[in-house]
Amino acid sequence: MITGTITIVIIFAVIGSILYGQRLIKTEKSDAVFGNPERAKGGIHWVVVGTCFLLFTWLYYSWDIAKAFYPKSANELCQVAKVNESLLSLKYLFPIEERSHKSTALIKRENINISDKIIEIQNSSDLKNQDKVIFVNLLNKTRQTIPLLTNTNYLETETKNTINELTNRINELRKNFSKDSYPPRLSDEEENKRIEAVKKQLGWGATGMEVPPLPESKVGLKFHTAAQELNLISDEFFAMRNHHSEYLRLLKEIRDQIKEYKNALNDDQDLEMRYIKEIKKLGQRIEYESIFPPNALDEMENAIRAFDRVQKKEQGSIRIIDMLLFPAGTIVASGPTCAEDGPGRWLPKPSDTFRIFGNLLKPSVGFKMVPLLWYEMMGVNRIVGFILPDWIADILPGKYPVHTSDGNVEPNFKSKVLDFVTGEFEAFKIPVPMGHIWDSFLRVFMGLMLGVIFGVPLGIFMGLNRFAKGFFDPLVELYRPVPPLAWAPLVITVFGIDNLGKVFLLFMVSFSIMIISARAGASGTQLSKIHAAHSLGASRWQILGHVILPNSLPEILTGLRVAVGMCWGTLVAAEFLAGTTGIGFVENVARKYMQYEVIWITIFVMGMLGLLFDITLRQIIDKTTPWRGKG
Amino acid sequence: MSDLVSQNVNMIFESLKGEAVHALKDISFTLKKGELLTVLGPSGCGKTTLLNIAAGFLRPTSGIITLGNKEINGPGVERGMVFQQGALFEWLTVAENVNFGLRMKKEDSVTTAKKVEEWLEIVGLQGFGNTPTYQLSGGMQQRVALARCLINDPDLILMDEPLGALDALTREKMQSLVLRIWKETGKTIILITHSVEEALLLGERSYVMAPRPGRIHKEYKLPFASMGLKEDLREIKNNKEFVFKREEILSMIWDMEEEIMGKEI
Repeated sequence: MITGTITIVIIFAVIGSILYGQRLIKTEKSDAVFGNPERAKGGIHWVVVGTCFLLFTWLYYSWDIAKAFYPKSANELCQVAKVNESLLSLKYLFPIEERSHKSTALIKRENINISDKIIEIQNSSDLKNQDKVIFVNLLNKTRQTIPLLTNTNYLETETKNTINELTNRINELRKNFSKDSYPPRLSDEEENKRIEAVKKQLGWGATGMEVPPLPESKVGLKFHTAAQELNLISDEFFAMRNHHSEYLRLLKEIRDQIKEYKNALNDDQDLEMRYIKEIKKLGQRIEYESIFPPNALDEMENAIRAFDRVQKKEQGSIRIIDMLLFPAGTIVASGPTCAEDGPGRWLPKPSDTFRIFGNLLKPSVGFKMVPLLWYEMMGVNRIVGFILPDWIADILPGKYPVHTSDGNVEPNFKSKVLDFVTGEFEAFKIPVPMGHIWDSFLRVFMGLMLGVIFGVPLGIFMGLNRFAKGFFDPLVELYRPVPPLAWAPLVITVFGIDNLGKVFLLFMVSFSIMIISARAGASGTQLSKIHAAHSLGASRWQILGHVILPNSLPEILTGLRVAVGMCWGTLVAAEFLAGTTGIGFVENVARKYMQYEVIWITIFVMGMLGLLFDITLRQIIDKTTPWRGKG
Repeated sequence: MSDLVSQNVNMIFESLKGEAVHALKDISFTLKKGELLTVLGPSGCGKTTLLNIAAGFLRPTSGIITLGNKEINGPGVERGMVFQQGALFEWLTVAENVNFGLRMKKEDSVTTAKKVEEWLEIVGLQGFGNTPTYQLSGGMQQRVALARCLINDPDLILMDEPLGALDALTREKMQSLVLRIWKETGKTIILITHSVEEALLLGERSYVMAPRPGRIHKEYKLPFASMGLKEDLREIKNNKEFVFKREEILSMIWDMEEEIMGKEI
């Protein structure tokens, strides 16, 4: 319902925007010539078109439009697929899907096989001549069985009757198929059973990607029943053998000779054993293949062609829906498995995606017991205990209390301070964010902050001091070019798979970037500014704080922007590797269970968070360094 | 008593090829308090090197330079400097730039604010205190640089082609501003310039320097600076003596340039 409305709104928005754009071009008086950037300004209506185009592509390629406007179509197409599948094996007998009759192709292939084998035997240097003669003789006899199968005179009456019967059944099915009365009514009990089963099955997409397999509509039931009938016909056909007594006699003769030869073989004659087995196999293949005299199946071929035409006609509108609304794949292609075979499988429908996203956001559901983003009440004492280091209590003068002889412990000042810094006191609770997104965010933030705190001073120092540059350069330049993820196994081993390891990894990423940018900023300070500051009486520290630092701020902030992107990418990959929370972890688990909706949600969330980081930083850059590029 | 005395100052650089370049050779002069000296010369004659030595950014290879009998041994507040491009701190506003020196001395912010106001008025920038410097025109930026230097009350002001990057009109206005400030404050000023007219107009004394090795080629004593305080600068430029001196110096520098070119070819 919503998807349908959105689709229509999108179509109107696109048409409206294009019309508006056209009118704008006609009425606009502009002096801007080609190449003038002025011409690229404005154009919100094209933004609308662009956004709508994206949305529409998503809706269309995920088959959500098909689902919204023709919710029954998938189920019906699945029934069509069943008929197609049942027809397929019969169709292969005739030049409908193939170039030649099945019998023709088989005979051609078997003749080639036999000839090849004869040549192989005659050229063999390991076989005795006496054996060679026997083998070739057997193969020639095997070859002689083929005409016994294809001779019209040898077509058995029984076979003829069966073929006629099957042909009649197909024709009957064809005639009934287009009638409204097809399929025939089931008994009440059976019909109730069928309806019961249909009611039990879940809707399209409810389980992720499958289409409900049982027919839900009248058209569907028609195809479903026809498919069952066709299956019976095809089973019967392939069970049928046209073995004339002449053929059976020759076959027996060959078999007896083979048996005789085999019995005469010694245990060590492996080669001869292998050949005789292969010869036997060639004969068996011909025996079990459905080889018929030419023209014996002509009637049946016509019946199948006629039925195929009728069933295609009966598909009617769903055939068009299938062509138009299921791009780049079909449900029919999946055969009787009733799966979505195409982008509908891996590109989740917007409607399903938003439903699942809603579920993931619910704090009671979440993903693996953790919500994407929620809050929890946390005592201030725990926060204080986390932030303040415990050694504050240790360095105080005095000693921790010792228990008295009557078994009491009298707290003193030192022990009270220890209680405070470890967070063992009563305090009110405040809401603190939690969840997968928050965990990822916090890791990136911590990694970045550590990188800035250590990287910027060191970078500036390296930009100004020969010793610092020389001393730290080898260290930084040796670890920096290594892709951060290459460090991950080592870092995770040393610092653990939890937050510490990841934060350290991100620290490594941001540290090097901040060093390089701060260094470039510091060494890029105009000499005249330094000179000016000197002659205005600034001390070294004042020059550092009031000239070099603000002067390198644009570079540092640009570095920070780069570092954010790098950290974000590294974090997600690191969460893939190990861990129990985080957005990358969610994606990795979803991948294992093929939850395409969740995968796309994580991709979307990551994109949004990355964008959010970048926009925030851009704002900070614009606010703090408005002089950027204007010095 | 705060005269600038230079005694046999020599400056020898080593070029990238390892050759010794004699940037300054035996520069000796005395600049009395309150004098305005302009230094003129073709490019590469060591004007800026001389100024950097006076400012304390460079140490001379030999010789000694003193201000008020104190050897110059590093940069100091008593020698203010004005640069060609202003060298303003673009992250600070106009007022903050002017205030920079006082803030570094950690002076009381109320009194400094007052001083800043006064100086902005002197250089004609009242009301621009809160403007970011990157929004100012080139001439205004130089005014800020001038105020920033003067607010520190230095004994000696070193100007390194301060008006070089300005258009002709702004330049003329700034020239009279420099003259006015010089007269009103009585500061000792060394002004380096490329422009012969400027050197003649502003300098009480003017040195024409010659390159390779950098040395003082000729000294002029000029009356135009004191005239410029009363008269219109453009009228002075038409003064016969002015024109004569200008042409003389121009041909002198022209010859020097040609000599260099000849050497190089």
